[in-house]
Amino acid sequence: MKILYFAWLRQRTGTSTETIDLPPGVTNVTELLAHLGERHPSFAEAISARGVVRCAVNQRHVDRDHPVTAADEVAFFPPVTGG
Amino acid sequence: MAVRVQAEPFDLGAEIAELTRGRTEIGGVATFTGLVREFAGGRRLTSMTLEHYPGMTERELERVEAEALDRWPLDASLIVHRYGKMLPGEPIVLVATASAHRQAALESCAFLIDWLKTRATFWKFEEGEDGGLWVEAKEADDEAARKWHLATGGILV
Repeated sequence: MKILYFAWLRQRTGTSTETIDLPPGVTNVTELLAHLGERHPSFAEAISARGVVRCAVNQRHVDRDHPVTAADEVAFFPPVTGG
Repeated sequence: MAVRVQAEPFDLGAEIAELTRGRTEIGGVATFTGLVREFAGGRRLTSMTLEHYPGMTERELERVEAEALDRWPLDASLIVHRYGKMLPGEPIVLVATASAHRQAALESCAFLIDWLKTRATFWKFEEGEDGGLWVEAKEADDEAARKWHLATGGILV
Protein backbone atom coordinates (compact mmCIF):
# COMPACT_ATOMS: atom_id res chain seq x y z
CA MET A 1 0.00 0.00 0.00
CA LYS A 2 1.26 3.47 -0.93
CA ILE A 3 1.06 6.12 1.81
CA LEU A 4 1.65 9.83 1.27
CA TYR A 5 2.13 12.60 3.84
CA PHE A 6 1.81 16.34 3.24
CA ALA A 7 2.67 19.65 4.93
CA TRP A 8 3.58 19.37 8.65
CA LEU A 9 2.71 15.66 8.68
CA ARG A 10 5.45 15.10 6.11
CA GLN A 11 7.90 17.07 8.22
CA ARG A 12 7.03 15.05 11.33
CA THR A 13 7.24 11.62 9.68
CA GLY A 14 10.38 12.68 7.84
CA THR A 15 9.07 11.09 4.65
CA SER A 16 6.70 12.18 1.89
CA THR A 17 5.85 8.68 0.70
CA GLU A 18 6.30 5.09 1.80
CA THR A 19 5.10 1.66 0.78
CA ILE A 20 3.84 -0.62 3.55
CA ASP A 21 2.38 -4.11 3.81
CA LEU A 22 -1.19 -3.81 5.00
CA PRO A 23 -1.40 -5.84 8.23
CA PRO A 24 -4.34 -8.19 8.77
CA GLY A 25 -7.04 -6.47 10.80
CA VAL A 26 -6.49 -3.05 9.25
CA THR A 27 -9.62 -2.48 7.17
CA ASN A 28 -10.41 1.21 7.40
CA VAL A 29 -8.81 4.65 7.72
CA THR A 30 -9.02 4.80 11.53
CA GLU A 31 -7.27 1.43 11.89
CA LEU A 32 -4.61 2.44 9.35
CA LEU A 33 -3.97 5.69 11.24
CA ALA A 34 -3.40 3.71 14.45
CA HIS A 35 -1.03 1.33 12.64
CA LEU A 36 0.99 4.19 11.16
CA GLY A 37 1.19 5.82 14.59
CA GLU A 38 2.92 2.68 15.86
CA ARG A 39 5.38 2.78 12.93
CA HIS A 40 6.12 6.49 13.41
CA PRO A 41 5.88 7.60 17.04
CA SER A 42 6.59 11.17 15.86
CA PHE A 43 3.54 10.93 13.57
CA ALA A 44 1.30 9.82 16.44
CA GLU A 45 2.67 12.57 18.68
CA ALA A 46 2.17 15.19 15.98
CA ILE A 47 -1.44 14.17 15.44
CA SER A 48 -2.27 14.22 19.14
CA ALA A 49 -0.51 17.56 19.63
CA ARG A 50 -1.74 19.42 16.57
CA GLY A 51 -5.18 18.01 16.00
CA VAL A 52 -7.06 17.63 12.79
CA VAL A 53 -5.81 15.25 10.12
CA ARG A 54 -7.65 14.64 6.87
CA CYS A 55 -7.44 11.60 4.61
CA ALA A 56 -7.83 10.82 0.92
CA VAL A 57 -8.13 7.32 -0.52
CA ASN A 58 -7.29 7.06 -4.21
CA GLN A 59 -7.26 10.88 -4.42
CA ARG A 60 -10.73 11.42 -2.96
CA HIS A 61 -11.52 13.00 0.40
CA VAL A 62 -12.92 10.33 2.73
CA ASP A 63 -14.21 9.91 6.27
CA ARG A 64 -12.41 7.87 8.91
CA ASP A 65 -14.62 4.81 8.48
CA HIS A 66 -13.79 4.53 4.77
CA PRO A 67 -12.43 1.06 3.87
CA VAL A 68 -8.82 0.59 2.75
CA THR A 69 -7.20 -2.25 0.78
CA ALA A 70 -3.61 -3.11 -0.17
CA ALA A 71 -4.13 -1.67 -3.68
CA ASP A 72 -5.09 1.82 -2.43
CA GLU A 73 -3.12 5.07 -2.45
CA VAL A 74 -3.79 6.69 0.92
CA ALA A 75 -2.79 10.26 1.80
CA PHE A 76 -2.79 12.04 5.17
CA PHE A 77 -2.70 15.81 5.46
CA PRO A 78 -3.83 18.81 7.53
CA PRO A 79 -6.94 20.75 6.44
CA VAL A 80 -6.19 22.45 3.12
CA THR A 81 -5.18 26.13 2.94
CA GLY A 82 -4.94 26.99 -0.76
CA GLY A 83 -6.65 29.75 -2.67
CA MET B 1 -13.56 24.67 -19.09
CA ALA B 2 -10.04 24.20 -17.86
CA VAL B 3 -7.93 23.65 -14.76
CA ARG B 4 -4.18 24.26 -14.53
CA VAL B 5 -1.77 23.73 -11.65
CA GLN B 6 1.61 25.35 -12.33
CA ALA B 7 4.68 26.86 -10.69
CA GLU B 8 4.90 29.79 -13.12
CA PRO B 9 3.14 33.13 -12.59
CA PHE B 10 0.16 33.88 -14.84
CA ASP B 11 -0.99 37.01 -16.66
CA LEU B 12 -4.61 37.87 -15.87
CA GLY B 13 -5.18 39.88 -19.06
CA ALA B 14 -3.71 37.21 -21.33
CA GLU B 15 -5.74 34.47 -19.62
CA ILE B 16 -9.05 36.34 -20.03
CA ALA B 17 -8.27 37.28 -23.64
CA GLU B 18 -7.61 33.61 -24.40
CA LEU B 19 -10.74 32.49 -22.52
CA THR B 20 -13.06 34.79 -24.48
CA ARG B 21 -11.39 34.82 -27.93
CA GLY B 22 -14.06 34.39 -30.61
CA ARG B 23 -16.74 33.62 -28.01
CA THR B 24 -19.44 36.14 -28.93
CA GLU B 25 -22.12 34.38 -26.87
CA ILE B 26 -20.38 35.46 -23.64
CA GLY B 27 -22.02 38.47 -21.99
CA GLY B 28 -19.83 38.79 -18.92
CA VAL B 29 -16.67 37.46 -17.28
CA ALA B 30 -16.15 37.39 -13.52
CA THR B 31 -12.64 36.90 -12.17
CA PHE B 32 -11.00 36.44 -8.79
CA THR B 33 -7.24 36.72 -8.35
CA GLY B 34 -5.61 35.76 -5.06
CA LEU B 35 -2.30 37.47 -4.20
CA VAL B 36 0.43 36.85 -1.64
CA ARG B 37 0.03 39.41 1.16
CA GLU B 38 3.12 40.92 2.74
CA PHE B 39 1.56 40.93 6.21
CA ALA B 40 -0.22 37.89 7.65
CA GLY B 41 -1.34 37.60 11.26
CA GLY B 42 0.87 40.54 12.24
CA ARG B 43 3.96 38.93 10.67
CA ARG B 44 5.88 40.35 7.76
CA LEU B 45 6.40 37.65 5.16
CA THR B 46 9.49 37.24 3.02
CA SER B 47 7.95 34.42 0.96
CA MET B 48 5.18 31.87 0.86
CA THR B 49 5.52 28.29 -0.38
CA LEU B 50 2.53 26.26 -1.53
CA GLU B 51 2.82 22.49 -1.31
CA HIS B 52 0.24 20.37 -3.14
CA TYR B 53 -0.76 16.80 -3.92
CA PRO B 54 0.03 16.30 -7.63
CA GLY B 55 -2.73 14.36 -9.30
CA MET B 56 -5.35 14.79 -6.61
CA THR B 57 -5.18 18.59 -6.82
CA GLU B 58 -6.03 18.63 -10.53
CA ARG B 59 -8.81 16.06 -10.05
CA GLU B 60 -10.28 17.97 -7.13
CA LEU B 61 -10.28 21.26 -9.03
CA GLU B 62 -11.99 19.49 -11.95
CA ARG B 63 -14.65 18.15 -9.57
CA VAL B 64 -15.21 21.63 -8.15
CA GLU B 65 -15.50 23.05 -11.66
CA ALA B 66 -17.95 20.31 -12.69
CA GLU B 67 -20.08 21.18 -9.65
CA ALA B 68 -20.23 24.83 -10.79
CA LEU B 69 -21.24 23.74 -14.29
CA ASP B 70 -24.11 21.72 -12.80
CA ARG B 71 -25.37 24.77 -10.92
CA TRP B 72 -24.93 27.65 -13.40
CA PRO B 73 -25.19 28.07 -17.19
CA LEU B 74 -21.53 28.83 -17.93
CA ASP B 75 -19.98 29.32 -21.38
CA ALA B 76 -16.39 29.13 -20.15
CA SER B 77 -14.42 28.74 -16.94
CA LEU B 78 -10.79 28.62 -15.88
CA ILE B 79 -8.97 27.83 -12.65
CA VAL B 80 -5.20 28.44 -12.49
CA HIS B 81 -3.52 27.64 -9.17
CA ARG B 82 0.19 27.97 -8.51
CA TYR B 83 2.46 25.91 -6.26
CA GLY B 84 6.03 26.45 -5.06
CA LYS B 85 7.71 29.55 -3.67
CA MET B 86 6.12 32.98 -4.18
CA LEU B 87 6.90 36.50 -3.06
CA PRO B 88 4.53 39.15 -1.63
CA GLY B 89 2.50 40.72 -4.44
CA GLU B 90 2.65 37.66 -6.70
CA PRO B 91 -0.56 36.03 -7.92
CA ILE B 92 -1.47 32.66 -6.36
CA VAL B 93 -4.78 31.70 -7.90
CA LEU B 94 -7.09 32.79 -10.71
CA VAL B 95 -10.73 31.85 -11.05
CA ALA B 96 -12.63 33.08 -14.12
CA THR B 97 -16.19 32.32 -15.17
CA ALA B 98 -18.00 33.48 -18.29
CA SER B 99 -21.70 33.39 -19.02
CA ALA B 100 -24.36 35.12 -21.12
CA HIS B 101 -25.47 36.93 -17.95
CA ARG B 102 -23.60 38.55 -15.08
CA GLN B 103 -25.37 36.81 -12.21
CA ALA B 104 -24.29 33.33 -13.27
CA ALA B 105 -20.71 34.53 -13.81
CA LEU B 106 -20.47 36.40 -10.48
CA GLU B 107 -22.13 33.71 -8.36
CA SER B 108 -20.20 30.80 -9.87
CA CYS B 109 -16.89 32.67 -9.49
CA ALA B 110 -17.59 33.20 -5.76
CA PHE B 111 -18.69 29.58 -5.42
CA LEU B 112 -15.52 28.26 -7.07
CA ILE B 113 -13.12 30.20 -4.87
CA ASP B 114 -15.06 29.39 -1.66
CA TRP B 115 -15.29 25.74 -2.59
CA LEU B 116 -11.72 25.20 -3.75
CA LYS B 117 -10.39 26.77 -0.54
CA THR B 118 -11.86 23.87 1.43
CA ARG B 119 -11.33 21.08 -1.16
CA ALA B 120 -8.20 21.62 -3.27
CA THR B 121 -5.13 19.95 -1.76
CA PHE B 122 -2.80 22.89 -1.18
CA TRP B 123 -0.97 23.85 2.02
CA LYS B 124 0.64 27.24 2.65
CA PHE B 125 3.97 27.63 4.42
CA GLU B 126 4.70 31.27 5.28
CA GLU B 127 8.28 32.36 5.85
CA GLY B 128 9.07 35.57 7.68
CA GLU B 129 11.99 37.17 9.46
CA ASP B 130 11.07 35.12 12.55
CA GLY B 131 10.96 31.73 10.80
CA GLY B 132 8.41 29.58 9.00
CA LEU B 133 4.83 28.58 9.86
CA TRP B 134 2.26 26.28 8.27
CA VAL B 135 -0.96 28.27 7.78
CA GLU B 136 -3.90 26.83 9.74
CA ALA B 137 -7.22 26.28 7.98
CA LYS B 138 -9.80 28.93 8.86
CA GLU B 139 -13.26 28.14 10.18
CA ALA B 140 -14.49 31.13 8.14
CA ASP B 141 -13.48 29.30 4.94
CA ASP B 142 -15.50 26.23 5.94
CA GLU B 143 -18.44 28.50 6.75
CA ALA B 144 -18.21 30.17 3.33
CA ALA B 145 -18.28 26.77 1.60
CA ARG B 146 -21.17 25.50 3.73
CA LYS B 147 -23.29 28.52 2.80
CA TRP B 148 -23.35 27.35 -0.82
CA HIS B 149 -24.43 23.92 0.30
CA LEU B 150 -27.29 25.30 2.40
CA ALA B 151 -28.39 27.89 -0.15
CA THR B 152 -28.69 25.43 -3.00
CA GLY B 153 -29.63 22.23 -1.18
CA GLY B 154 -26.77 20.49 -2.96
CA ILE B 155 -25.06 17.42 -1.57
CA LEU B 156 -21.48 17.78 -0.37
CA VAL B 157 -19.25 16.02 -2.87
